[in-house]
Amino acid sequence: MNQWQNFTKGFIRQNPVLVLLLGFCPTIGVSTSVVNGLGMGLAATFVLVMSNIVISIVKDFIPDQVRIPSYIVVIAAFVTMVELLMAGFAPALHAQLGIFLPLIVVNCIILGRAEAFASKNTVFSSIIDGLGMGLGFTLTLAVVGMIREGLGNGSLLGFKLFPGDGALVFILAPGGFLVIGYLIAVVNMIIKRQEK
Amino acid sequence: MSKTPSTFFNMVLTLFVVSFLSSAGLGWVYELTKDPIEEATRAKKAKAIEQVVPAFNNNPMEERRVIKSEGGELIFYPVRKDGTLVGTAVETFTDKGFGGRVKLMVGLLPNGSIQDIVVVEHKETPGLGDKMEAKKSGFTAQFKGKDPAQFKVMVKKDGGDVDAITAATISSRAFCDALNRAYQTYIKEEKP
Repeated sequence: MNQWQNFTKGFIRQNPVLVLLLGFCPTIGVSTSVVNGLGMGLAATFVLVMSNIVISIVKDFIPDQVRIPSYIVVIAAFVTMVELLMAGFAPALHAQLGIFLPLIVVNCIILGRAEAFASKNTVFSSIIDGLGMGLGFTLTLAVVGMIREGLGNGSLLGFKLFPGDGALVFILAPGGFLVIGYLIAVVNMIIKRQEK
Repeated sequence: MSKTPSTFFNMVLTLFVVSFLSSAGLGWVYELTKDPIEEATRAKKAKAIEQVVPAFNNNPMEERRVIKSEGGELIFYPVRKDGTLVGTAVETFTDKGFGGRVKLMVGLLPNGSIQDIVVVEHKETPGLGDKMEAKKSGFTAQFKGKDPAQFKVMVKKDGGDVDAITAATISSRAFCDALNRAYQTYIKEEKP
């Protein structure tokens, strides 16, 4: 597998949310609008790349039985750093994302990539994997956010598309599951077509 | 290079080193961001005060008074123009929010009517309760210029005059609770 395939696999073929079905909690929680989705996705991408780098460097020093706690400590440290840096230097963005940032720690995508990829591959491949997976996650959040914001609030990126409140269910969790269910079907269809 | 075996000593040592380095990194970032974060919090409060009261030229931060209230404290920021009191910004709170504590900055004029309200801090549901923020809906606009002595600050469902946010009655009630707390304390403190 070359590095280009390694990078692009996160978008469709191994999309972390729609194919690997990881990280549903932050996905449902954050994708109520496009801006939230993008901000969360980019913050998660940063943490993913940083933790992939560190874990692929130290993978040989960490005994197997304590690898999960070690990875979680590394990931939690990076998430807290991102939160502090954002609060200090980008307070507007921090106010927007405030309650979602700490959720990145429990995002299974990051631990999943640490376990399934970074602990078995070189530093460079791990960076590419982190970038691809992170951007795939960001793209998915933005698409889900676009559909939910459009149907649930009648707006896009904060601009009103049509007057009124929209269908409230799409802002709530059940609507999130509905949208993601249909997107999974679409992605499955694309993958089947490619295989033929 | 072969993998480190999972002996007791190796495991303890690895966890110690990982935690030690992580906390050292965190401590460094904390020191680095401590001042900017304090600065940002202060700027946010100053901006909230400016938004809720008429134009002023004193430093309300210096004249602030802390007043104990059930379960916490309210902060009064008196604002003056050329020495005369033109209003008071009251930092108030409630613990009845759907996601816990909600903090508001309420601007009261000397006659007790509301100039404007800004939400300082909340953890309400995104897309529902967070519509209490002025930029997300017109909920706070209905309080502008009202005097809580005539305008009953309770949602209509509870017999008051406030239009609640659709599907966020708990958040709306919490907002009213914080506002009432500010008003009652203000009346007690300023007009005994």
